[in-house]
Parts: sequence; C-alpha cells; structure tokens
Amino acid sequence: MRTTGLFYALAGLFALCAPLLGIYPVFMMQLLCFAMFACAFNLLLGFGRMLSFGHAAFFGSAAYATSWLVTSHAWGPAAAIFAGVAVSAALGLAIGAIAIRRQGIYFAMITLALAQLVYFVCLEAPFTGGENGLQGVPRGSLLGVLPLKSDLAMYYLVLAIFFAVFVFIRRVVHSPFGQVLKAIRDNESRAVSLGYEISRYKLVAFVLSAMLAGLAGSLKALVLGFVTLSDVQQSTSGEVILMTLLGGTGTFFGPIVGAAVVVTLQQYLSDIVGGWVTAIIGAIFVACVLSFRRGIVGELAALRLRH
Amino acid sequence: MTEIFGIPVAVIPGQLTLGLVNGSFYALLSLGLAVIFGLMGVVNFAHGAFYTLGAFAALLGLQWFGVNYWAALVLAPLVVGLLGIVVERLLLRHLYGLDPLYGLLMTFGLALIVEGSLHQVFGSSGQSYPVPEALAGAINLGFMILPLYRAWVIVASVVVCFGTWFVIERTRLGATLRAATENAPLLQAFGVNVPLLVAATYGGGVALAALAGVLAAPVVLVNSHMGTSLVIVVFAVVVIGGMGSILGSIVSGLALGLVEGFTKVIYPEASNIVVFIIMALVLILRPAGLFGKE
Repeated sequence: MRTTGLFYALAGLFALCAPLLGIYPVFMMQLLCFAMFACAFNLLLGFGRMLSFGHAAFFGSAAYATSWLVTSHAWGPAAAIFAGVAVSAALGLAIGAIAIRRQGIYFAMITLALAQLVYFVCLEAPFTGGENGLQGVPRGSLLGVLPLKSDLAMYYLVLAIFFAVFVFIRRVVHSPFGQVLKAIRDNESRAVSLGYEISRYKLVAFVLSAMLAGLAGSLKALVLGFVTLSDVQQSTSGEVILMTLLGGTGTFFGPIVGAAVVVTLQQYLSDIVGGWVTAIIGAIFVACVLSFRRGIVGELAALRLRH
Repeated sequence: MTEIFGIPVAVIPGQLTLGLVNGSFYALLSLGLAVIFGLMGVVNFAHGAFYTLGAFAALLGLQWFGVNYWAALVLAPLVVGLLGIVVERLLLRHLYGLDPLYGLLMTFGLALIVEGSLHQVFGSSGQSYPVPEALAGAINLGFMILPLYRAWVIVASVVVCFGTWFVIERTRLGATLRAATENAPLLQAFGVNVPLLVAATYGGGVALAALAGVLAAPVVLVNSHMGTSLVIVVFAVVVIGGMGSILGSIVSGLALGLVEGFTKVIYPEASNIVVFIIMALVLILRPAGLFGKE
C-alpha cells in the first residue's frame, strides 16, 4: 500500500512538472486525453466485463459536437465540452440499451456494428465536414475569464480534469454501485439470484463510460484544434482496447500506462518504421493476448504479491 | 419510363442483383464465421483480413506467375486455408478454454498485422483484377441486362454455401464435426484426432473467406482495407441470424444483401447503415437473433 501511495505521488509530481521538464505540452495533453479515454473504457471492461468494440463512437461524436458548437456557433469551451458529454451520454444510452441485451462476444460485435453506424452518420451528416473533418477549432477562453490559447494554461486544465475523472472512477468502483458491478462481472447469474436488476447496473456503467469517453474526445478536439473521421473510426476503438489491455485491465493505473506506451509508440515509432506502425500495433495485440493478459500493471502487481 | 414511388422501375433489377452479389459475400463470410465459432468458440475478427488475402493471392498469382482466374479459384483458398491452419496451430491453440473475448482480441490483432502489412507493401490505392473472358459479357433477360460475372458470383457462392451446409449436416465428416462441437473430449476418447479436426475447420472457414475474396476481386478494387468494413457488416449479419445456425447465416447473408440493394434504390443515403439498423431492431424484438437457439 505504501509503495502504491508513493507511486501515485511520484506520478502526480511528474504530471505537474512535465512542461517544466521540457516535455512538449501538446504531446502530454494528447496522452492525458487518451489516458482518460482508456480509464473510461476500463470502467466498462475491467469492472463490468463488457468489451465494447465501439468506444470511438462516443469519443468521436463528443469531439464533433464540441468542435461544431465552438466553430459554427461560437460557444465557449466549457459549454461546448458539456454539450459534447451530453451527446455521448445520449448515444451511450441508446447504444448501451441495445447492446446489453446480449453478453460477451455478442456484446462486442453489437457495439462494433452500432459504432460503425455512427461512423457513417458522421461521414454523411452536413455539419461534420465529411472526409475533411472540422479544422481550426478555437480553444476560446474558459468561462470568459481564462484564455486557453497558451499550451500551458490548456495543459493544466486538461490535467485538472483528468485528475477529477481519475478520482471519480476510483470513487465509482469503490462505491456500493461498483461493488455490485464487480459482482455481476464475476458471476452474473448469482447477482441475478441475489435480486439485483443487473441490466440497470450495466446500463448505468455503460453510460458513465460513454460520457467519460466523450469528455476525453471533447478535450482532445480542443487541444489539437481539429476533429476527423479517424476519431470515430473502428481503429480508434481498437486503440483504446489495446491501451487498456496492455496497461492492465481492471487496474486503476493500467490504462494510463497503456495509453502512455501506445501514444509514445505512435508518435516516435512512425519516424523510425513509417507505415509499419499498424502492423506493429497488431503484433503487440497478439503478444499481449498470448503472453501477458494481465497487462503491465497487472503483471507487476501479481509479481509483488508473490514475493 | 415506368415509375414506382418516383423510382424508375428499370434500375431496380440491377440494384437487386448487385445486392445479391454483396449478399453472396456476406453469406460466404458469415458461414465461415459460424462454422469456426460453432466448433472453436472463437469469433474470428481476422475473417475480413483472410478475405483480403484471398483477393491479393489471386491478383499476385496473376501478376507474378500468370495463374488464371479458374486456377486462382482453387489455389488461393488452398494457400490461405493452409495459412489459417498455421495460425491456428501457432497462436489460436493457446487460447482454448479461456474467455472467448481473448480469441476476438487476438484475431483483431492478426487482422491489423495483415492489413497493415498489405497497406505498407502495396499502398492504399486499389488494383483492378480483370474479369475472366468466359464471363465477360452480359445477357439480355428482356427486363434487364445481366452481367454474366454477377450471375456467376451469385450462383457459385450459393452452390458453395449449400455444399458446405450439406457436408456439415448430411455427411459422416459433418457428423464428426458436430460431435466435436457437442463434446470434444468424448469424441477424442473414440479415437478421433480432435486437434487436427479443429485446425482443419479453421483452415476451411478461412478458405471460404478467401474464396469470397477471389470471387470479389473482379468486381471491387483489390486493396488492403477491402475486408475491414466488410467484416463489421458480416458481424451484424451474424448477430441478426444467430451464430449457432449454418443455414441461418447463409439465408440472412443473402437476404441482407438484397435488402441493402433495395435500400440503394429507395433511399441511397441509408444503404450503408440499413444492416445495422435491422440488427438493432432484431435485438430489440428478438435478442437471440432470427435463427438463434438461446
């Protein structure tokens, strides 16, 4: 327990000082957004054992909603992020209500198919900019007071939101609701026999996860100033699965580690190996499933328990 | 020109044939998925990648070795099927008995490897494969002009689909296969080499996908991502049909292709998403799927 606390303290200190250490803030923000996305996904997979293969739908649709409101309607960033989260929550409610009717692999295939539907809507809808996406999304100023144009201001905003999301997820998992969710994960029929209305718990978990994924998407759109079709694409859904799996499903810190590894790889690996990145990501997937299913953090924790 | 609801009647048969052609691919792919899932409990996400590999095998066979279409129709599924057996023996084998989600995730990784590599080597622009001479023309049916190749695709895949159904449901080999689905350890106790049977089944299912790829090569552009979006539609088809049923996957594959073609006539904007909408409706009304047994 003490080492864990120390670890958290060090990680927090690093995140606070990162811009001073000369790490490019936009890169760090991107990393934090994907880490948030992976944490949201992990809430569903790690604690509810629901493998969504369509989380990009929530990430991307919120990013589109926020960007559209900011560029075409001159909304402020706070309101636009809020609207983005609302969109992903509504979408999460609709997709979740259908998907939780089946379990396991069917759940995965259904979320994948419904997310593809969202992708086609984004491709053809009049306000998404089609193949080009939406470019030049301004960050504006937070509540009209704090201008976010500087990367440093934006960085600390993203960091604060990320921290809040992280604490929130821990709180949810440790709450009575989270305990029931874990009980459903471990033995669904037993939870039913204990009298829990399991579909309600699953749906709430799904919507929460969709909302937080949407929050990550909205922030990412403001950070980078654009949103494209790749944000709603199946490959993005795959990436968030890989981040969670690689870091450690069902651990709190795993998705952050996974996101850090994958984002760093994509950033720096493409300079070295060019277009082979996709194939390498695929190979990591295969290796991960075959040899360390508990992920980096999960395996380390297991190692520590043995000693 | 005659019109129904403001749509010229003449375009309807053409779109419906195109829909049936797509439906043929859905049927071949979902059939392979159903057979693999039935025996191994693995949802083969790499199915679309094997379909792409089938098309590339035909294309490269022609460009590099001068293998003609008819030979490719046999050779490409054979080569890809053997590759499938290697994949099963080297990788998938280790996941039996684990949560089926791991099989889905690993084959997703495989699909990324295959599609990423093809993309890197052959680029993103598609290459066309010539229609074989014997099937190049079109016949005039009076109410429509039917390109021979489209008719061939539909006939060939229906024959292959029902042939596969016959083998599984009506022959001794099929009985063994179904026995392995029911109770593999017991079948092994009878002296049947179950691991070999499983590997051969995966190879067979994958070969069906490759066959669909060869059939598709002359009507689509052969490129690295031709299977990516197709496999998602096929998943939806499988959810609609219910994965337990062989016949169900064939029928729903063809029917959904037809529905898609029809949507293209009446409301083209929705043709990409109509299958997903039907899937959502089926799940709301009948969660186990139309032919599902749960």
